[in-house]
Amino acid sequence: MTDVSASTTAEIAREYRAERARRAKRAAVLKHIFLALTSLIMIYPLIWMLAASLKPDTQIFGDIGLWPGTFEWQNYAQGWNALPVSFTTFFWNSTVVTVLSVVGNVISCSFAAYAFARLEFSGKTIWFALMMMTLMIPYHVVLIPQYILFMNLGWVDTYLPLIVPKFLAGDAFFIFLMIQFFRQLPRELDEAAMIDGCSPFKIYWAIIMPLSLPAMATAAIFSFIWTWEDFLGPLVYLNDQADYTVPLALRSFISSDGVSQYGPMFAMSILSILPILLFFIVFQRLIIRGIAMSGLK
Amino acid sequence: MASVTLSEVRKAYSGFAVIHGIDLEVQSGEFLVLVGPSGCGKSTLLRMIAGLEEITDGTISIADRIVNDLPASQRNLSMVFQSYALYPHMSVRKNLAFGLSNLRMPKDEIQRRVADAARILQIEELLERKPRQLSGGQKQRVAIGRAIVREPQLFLFDEPLSNLDAELRVQMRVELAGLYNRLGTTMIYVTHDQTEAMTMATRIAVLNKGNLEQIGTPYELYNAPKNLFVASFIGSPKMNLLSGKATGNKIELPGFGALAFVGAAGEMTVGVRPEHLSIGEPDGRRAEGTVTLVEYLGSEVFIYVALIDGQTLLAQAPGNASYKRGDKVHLSFRGADAHFFDSKGLRIEAPR
Ligand SMILES: Nc1ncnc2c1ncn2[C@@H]1O[C@H](COP(=O)(O)OP(=O)(O)OP(=O)(O)O)[C@@H](O)[C@H]1O
Ligand SMILES: [Mg+2]
Repeated sequence: MTDVSASTTAEIAREYRAERARRAKRAAVLKHIFLALTSLIMIYPLIWMLAASLKPDTQIFGDIGLWPGTFEWQNYAQGWNALPVSFTTFFWNSTVVTVLSVVGNVISCSFAAYAFARLEFSGKTIWFALMMMTLMIPYHVVLIPQYILFMNLGWVDTYLPLIVPKFLAGDAFFIFLMIQFFRQLPRELDEAAMIDGCSPFKIYWAIIMPLSLPAMATAAIFSFIWTWEDFLGPLVYLNDQADYTVPLALRSFISSDGVSQYGPMFAMSILSILPILLFFIVFQRLIIRGIAMSGLK
Repeated sequence: MASVTLSEVRKAYSGFAVIHGIDLEVQSGEFLVLVGPSGCGKSTLLRMIAGLEEITDGTISIADRIVNDLPASQRNLSMVFQSYALYPHMSVRKNLAFGLSNLRMPKDEIQRRVADAARILQIEELLERKPRQLSGGQKQRVAIGRAIVREPQLFLFDEPLSNLDAELRVQMRVELAGLYNRLGTTMIYVTHDQTEAMTMATRIAVLNKGNLEQIGTPYELYNAPKNLFVASFIGSPKMNLLSGKATGNKIELPGFGALAFVGAAGEMTVGVRPEHLSIGEPDGRRAEGTVTLVEYLGSEVFIYVALIDGQTLLAQAPGNASYKRGDKVHLSFRGADAHFFDSKGLRIEAPR
């Protein structure tokens, strides 16, 4: 008697588990279909561009299908040298400007953030408020005053207006991001380091910075993307085509002689995305490692 | 080894005073324990000695040198924090060596000291680990290791054992006491724990609301508390306090009757420690009451007795005593065991 009832209970439990597993599986399938569809919508323009970069000019806007009938690989070779100046130069220019900007932003913004988060100085709250206010001013508002300033300095037609401000902690967003991160680090670490004979700079260098790699990596990634993609800044300050960065060069495809070469342009556009992708893949690891390390207590 | 002298030390946070002028002298080689209720300013005081907190007023000297304006790193002291504050990104070895390499000490000397500390604290096999791979007790050892490698003249501890479980706390307490005997360095130790304070201290300083209430050996504090605050703060379980009225040559205690006492008049408080309250003995002053709660601890029993006037007293009896809730009992104590405090809460020595 007891045996029978025991076996039925076990059966009911098994049945119940199986039903639950089936339901979970259905939910998972639905979820994934939804996610796949959404991703497809997001990624479609990119796929379209990739396809266009491999099509002959005539097919790009005429043909509805994504799949190129013939693969025009020479779009890439042509595009690279289509302009009076080769893309080797443009990529080099972009690399110089971007790398220096990233370095400048990460160093200067983390210095400023460290000061706001940890040091005492007079007028701290006022300076902080001022800094936060710059977040609310659109770039386009300061564009003209800035241009006049740099013109008076004689910096127009050089990379200086694009690079030097990055070394002066000009980006309140990054500073704010880092302040928030630094504030989470226990102050006792600073104090232990102080007793261990660290100067404020050494505390920043040996304790705060190594523990803030995720914030640094985030700032570096955004800084890289924004500078690499920046069109307006180079457009305003760079006049000589040999100084152009990649986005400006891409634009030259359209304006150069009226006859636009769309295939090569899209080919170069595809290439212009690759550095961002690579940079992201490399630095995103730091973010993940940082999160794994954040079990501080 | 160094002495530490605080004179008229005050601290205010944006105008709000938290330490009200403390004079304190810590002798060289002494183990001074700072105790007091939460928020009384123990940590603040310790951090001022360490140089982590500005001193609003007064002077602090270490080894007869005024250190008010000396940065923490130059005071030749080590501090162990409650949260350990180990550098999470450094291995245990680096954690220990960090302070030494900042002093530009030669490499082999650093290695020797780290190895010594690791041996003393039995953390040799942990040296290559990161702090997150350590248990609480191991972290604690590393934190102490980081303090001793510097061979400072003064150790500061801010509730170093409070994050450990009870058993480990006892073990680390014994080890710390052993370490102190071995090094003989001056130590200032903040704790909440009565047992830690009583067992480890050469002297205990009792703080209350930013004032120093009393400083003395554990024996002095336990047997001759200067005032009501110290009397009820030191000792666990707490001293029983009975309020009475003194009239020239005796004190009238509700329940217990009159107690011969010369030398004071007016409102008085009489303190009796639980172990001095005996149950059921016929002699002495007796009060009748009802047992309301019995706490059995094995070696002893705590018995809560409600007197007729509603006041509840705590008596301690040997573990084999058998009382239960609702029992009618008689409480008594010897006059010599009682502590007397006047209406301001200050101790009055009973004439013997
Ligand atoms: N940075 C600060 N700003 C303002 N007030 C503070 C600051 N630090 C401490 N205080 C105040 O000073 C008083 C003493 O604090 P402290 O940390 O020294 O207490 P404590 O005795 O160590 O307490 P606990 O036993 O809970 O650690 C408290 O009332 C606290 O609110
Ligand atoms: Mg404290």
